[in-house]
Amino acid sequence: MKVSIIITLKKDVLDPQGKVIHQALEGMGFNNISEVRQGKYFEIDIKETETKRAKDKVEEMCKKLLANLVIENYEIIDAQ
Amino acid sequence: MKSAVITFPGSNCDRDMDVALKKFGFKNKMVWHGDIELPKSDIVVLPGGFSYGDYLRCGSMASKSKIMKAVLNFANTGGMVIGICNGFQILVETGLVPGALLRNKYLEFICKNVFVKINNKQNTYFKNIENDILELHIAHNEGNYFCTSDQLKEIQDNQQIALNYCSQNGEVEKKFNPNGSINNIAGVFNKKKNVLGMMPHPERMIDLSLSGEDGSLFFNNLINNIK
Repeated sequence: MKVSIIITLKKDVLDPQGKVIHQALEGMGFNNISEVRQGKYFEIDIKETETKRAKDKVEEMCKKLLANLVIENYEIIDAQ
Repeated sequence: MKSAVITFPGSNCDRDMDVALKKFGFKNKMVWHGDIELPKSDIVVLPGGFSYGDYLRCGSMASKSKIMKAVLNFANTGGMVIGICNGFQILVETGLVPGALLRNKYLEFICKNVFVKINNKQNTYFKNIENDILELHIAHNEGNYFCTSDQLKEIQDNQQIALNYCSQNGEVEKKFNPNGSINNIAGVFNKKKNVLGMMPHPERMIDLSLSGEDGSLFFNNLINNIK
């Protein structure tokens, strides 16, 4: 089963890379942007057939390694 | 006095640290990240560098390496552990010291001398050190110290802030903050003050003809305090 996860910086954490991307986009003429935040995307192919078990395992991975909960949030966006 | 320096794949300040520790009288041993036991040590050092190529988050992979179980156990039973630069990043990833280290505010790799003010001398690392301000070297891309407002209050209340970036005269102000760290924080302790994480490199300031000698003050003081 493939589980997809998105990891984003928490709201009150400064994202200087997002800011620079925002500036670059504006420089290219995209003027209607209020904010850009950069994150990470993971696809984990897990040897598990039951969705809940797969999600639980991946959640454990997020908590223990994939995300740093001081600065990041994780969200499992898909499991199939 | 015995010390141990851990070498991770991508560490590059491990040998400098070995030279520094030996210069000031430590019997140092280099320990490989894949080992499972620490040699008998009075202090364990996590050196600077780019462990595991800074993959995922700086220090995150190293914090899960085999030797870290022994380091965690050593720290949790009161052993002295110091993490410099990437070592500090590894320490925050283990949770031994609070907070996180983000990308520098202005997105540049910073490599220069800075002044830091010693904020707390009631601990084995800085007790009896005469100077309040040290000139040390920083070289990092992710040294922007961050913690939540609750954590900040907690580390202030517990006197866990070890070092702040400052001017030559010790003024801790925004304009002397090289990387955007909250409250100019350059180093923090754990609650018990036996674990210290800091971005500046004392091991790069041990020879006047090459750099400076404020690192010498640090190591000299350290070995005297451990004795």
